[in-house]
Amino acid sequence: MAAPTTPTTPTTLATPATPAPRTNRLGLAILDYKGGKTTLCAGCGHNAISERILEAYFDLGIPPERVAKFSGIGCSSKTPAYFMSRSHSFNAVHGRMPAVATGALLANRTLHGVGVSGDGDTASIGVGQFINLVRRNVAMVYVVENNGVYGLTKGQFSATADPGSTLKGGEVADLPAIDICALALQLGASFVARSFSGDKKQLSVLLKAAVAHGGTALLDVISPCVTFNDHEGSTKSFAFVKEHDEPLQELSFVPAFAEIDVDYDAGTTQDVTLHDGSHLRLKKLEADYDPSDRVRAMARLMEAARGGEVLTGMLFLDPAAPDLSTRLGLVAAPLSTLPPEQVRPSRAVLDEINASLR
Amino acid sequence: MTTAQLEATRRAPAPQRAVVNDFSIQVATVNGSGSQSANTVLLRALFQMGIPVSGKNLFPSNIAGLPTWYTIRVSREGWVARKKEVDLLVAMNGETARDDLLQLRPGAAVVYDAPLGLEALRADLAFYPVPFDELVAPVTSDARLRKLLRNMVYVGVLAGLLQLEAAEVERALARVFGKKQKALELNLRAVRAGLEHAATIEKHDPFRVERMDATRGKIIIDGNAATALGALFAGVTVVPWYPITPSTSVIESLQGYLEQYRRTPDGQASFAVVQAEDELAAIGMVIGASWAGARAMTATSGPGISLMSEFAGLGYYAEVPAVIVDVQRIGPSTGLPTRTSQGDLLSTAFLSHGDTEQLLLFPGSVEECFTLTGQAFDLAERFQTPVFVLSDLDLGMNSWMSMPFAYPETPLDRGKVLSKADLDRLGGFARYKDVDGDGIGWRTLPGTDHPKAAYFTRGTGHDEQAAYSERSDVFEKNMVRLRRKFEGARAALPQPVVTGTGSRIGLLAHGSSDPALREALAQLRSEAGLEADYLRVRAWPFAASVRDFVAAHDRVYVVEQDRDAQLLALLKLDLEPALSGRLRSIAHCTGLPLDARSITEELLAQEGR
Repeated sequence: MAAPTTPTTPTTLATPATPAPRTNRLGLAILDYKGGKTTLCAGCGHNAISERILEAYFDLGIPPERVAKFSGIGCSSKTPAYFMSRSHSFNAVHGRMPAVATGALLANRTLHGVGVSGDGDTASIGVGQFINLVRRNVAMVYVVENNGVYGLTKGQFSATADPGSTLKGGEVADLPAIDICALALQLGASFVARSFSGDKKQLSVLLKAAVAHGGTALLDVISPCVTFNDHEGSTKSFAFVKEHDEPLQELSFVPAFAEIDVDYDAGTTQDVTLHDGSHLRLKKLEADYDPSDRVRAMARLMEAARGGEVLTGMLFLDPAAPDLSTRLGLVAAPLSTLPPEQVRPSRAVLDEINASLR
Repeated sequence: MTTAQLEATRRAPAPQRAVVNDFSIQVATVNGSGSQSANTVLLRALFQMGIPVSGKNLFPSNIAGLPTWYTIRVSREGWVARKKEVDLLVAMNGETARDDLLQLRPGAAVVYDAPLGLEALRADLAFYPVPFDELVAPVTSDARLRKLLRNMVYVGVLAGLLQLEAAEVERALARVFGKKQKALELNLRAVRAGLEHAATIEKHDPFRVERMDATRGKIIIDGNAATALGALFAGVTVVPWYPITPSTSVIESLQGYLEQYRRTPDGQASFAVVQAEDELAAIGMVIGASWAGARAMTATSGPGISLMSEFAGLGYYAEVPAVIVDVQRIGPSTGLPTRTSQGDLLSTAFLSHGDTEQLLLFPGSVEECFTLTGQAFDLAERFQTPVFVLSDLDLGMNSWMSMPFAYPETPLDRGKVLSKADLDRLGGFARYKDVDGDGIGWRTLPGTDHPKAAYFTRGTGHDEQAAYSERSDVFEKNMVRLRRKFEGARAALPQPVVTGTGSRIGLLAHGSSDPALREALAQLRSEAGLEADYLRVRAWPFAASVRDFVAAHDRVYVVEQDRDAQLLALLKLDLEPALSGRLRSIAHCTGLPLDARSITEELLAQEGR
């Protein structure tokens, strides 16, 4: 993958000074993408995801001021405070982040929206809003930090807990689990991926692809809860996911601004051009898997669930699906700051309307 | 006609002194039968004759087949509130005809479908049986059309009986049917069939109309369309909504206007109308859009307001503008979806848990639906908080005369927003710091190109920098500042409208009660020699002058359209106990638009007169 860095001054043996910090194509350092100090548990998968998110925007050279962060309520939803302090952020109410994000991104379609939610926030209380966000294909990255359990209220099951899995105290989940990716596929999602907070490389590539996508990019990331759901009997523990992770592809990402390197084997590797001109390279690990086939993706997900596998990678991708703002035919400039003469019709218009009501 | 009907005609009372331009017509039909166009033609023909009119639709929560009533009031004095008594009934619906008839006062007139045989029910009415089926048969052979055209036949009969000018009826028809030439011709023939029949009737009621010059220059519009125009001229851009009676036509009108007037020459939209999955999402999108700097609104009614409660609290506490139009219907719960009320007042004033206080505006006319909806956007952005426009079904869905709407002369007030240049100059800012002493902080919009522009919006406890804080002193200080902001709104919101000459008796009301209140004042003066002053509040929190008004009167009658005297309860919060004791309640929760007679009678009873 081409790293979007600016060249640093070569150091010589004679001058062992501190190396200049790595900067991106905007000349910003990784520190410019940092957030506040995390207050989550040590070892929480969510912290790793926060790091991957900020690295993605850093690597892609997107100014943090162009990013708007959204979240609902829960451990996951606290995390926007822990990355990219130079981005506006809206911590909304429980399960209702999709509506806030939809409104904000309609108001300003030039923003890069990123939502962080959890399995309770998305699949339990917020499932209705999630469903409609996906149906509308609102252009944003939507990360679910999925651990199957409520953390802030100390360890109740969420709707993604697999049947038969247990809580720390031994209670067994007895309802069918909502597979967020399968749900999204049925809803017509244009970008569906699953990853694991412990798989740095895969998660990084998928996040960048999500940022480059022009619609709702759903990224369901299994992110073990070290405090309430990392025990034997859990299907969302580090050990379980590591053992059952079945990646569909080996992924790499070429940003739009990098030189295209053509060095890949078209027989084993697919190259997909994303909305912003970036490329996602998928080296197949399952020969017959095609991420443009929604029906096959659904079937494969259901097979994985039956076999106890955690299927990860790019499950489905349609880079051409029009997003909400496009479908509404919005002007290119943000609605929020259109000048008055573009939003308040003229005196003649009111005269005309008054006359029609006489 | 049957023998009984001929008999009824013979025993009818002798014509009294003519009652000109001062009566009400009620048309009782079945919903879905196409009577709306007929009623509109009647209303417009009267209006075009220069006679003040108002039209009210009393309809069921149903698609087709249930009873519906349309009332047209003709008033040379210009009164437009519902008239309690019906003077002329058009009984087209057999299901309700008997009840409708029994409620009439003696001397009223009834035009009815002859087969209903209503003449046997009472002897003190003027009966006009009309063989609608016979009259409509020659107009068309199409059975479906005949059903619709029966309504135009009653237009013709009424035109004949009341002496409407035929030319104005034809003009109104042309307006309603526009370019649909074939429909226009058929309807015209139906009207003429009615007119010809009316010419054969011996009139024995006193009601008729005469040309006046009291509607020149005026428009006719419903409050929901006026609200939509208010939003259009306020520059609304994001409109998420969920359909609910009686607010739906706010957004449908708005969408029509936006499509017509807010597309660029190449067809791009400077607006986004989104049908949300529910009211939670609708207000969530409004909050998100307003946070990002757009002028966003939604419209709803009681059940939607209940669902919006959580987000309304977030808007209040995180200080995000929003405009929410509540076209009230009568509750609790699903209630009567097609009947009017002012019963959302208290719940909306404090909508959401904790110490939440919302800003409310009360339009009292279609003109104020236009102006106050426009102002709501300025106020929401100025005060960085949700603003609720409390309309109701009577105001929103009925037809009202008005002077033409005036173009808003003040520029859009986008409130305290810091730009990149401001931040360059200031070096930074604290989102919730009260730098101006009015409790209102400065905000920035996402996308502002400055490293210090961002802040973290949250519904959790926060300090001046918008950072999470659980400190009790920080929490309390913030709540006190929010109260300071709210108190400041008293003087900035639309001020009350006061009339009177210093009587000891005052009347106080809000919103759509206004037309009935003004008429009741005239009744009290002319019928009981009682002069009363009148204050109409137009916003909550109340202006300081509201307290002064109560202090200046021995008794203040608070008139409202709910059961629990909610307006009176809100007033009490602002008044010292001695003044609270001066408040008297006149509250109605029938679901029918307020009428002057009910106010007059109850006030006189409470006065012991």
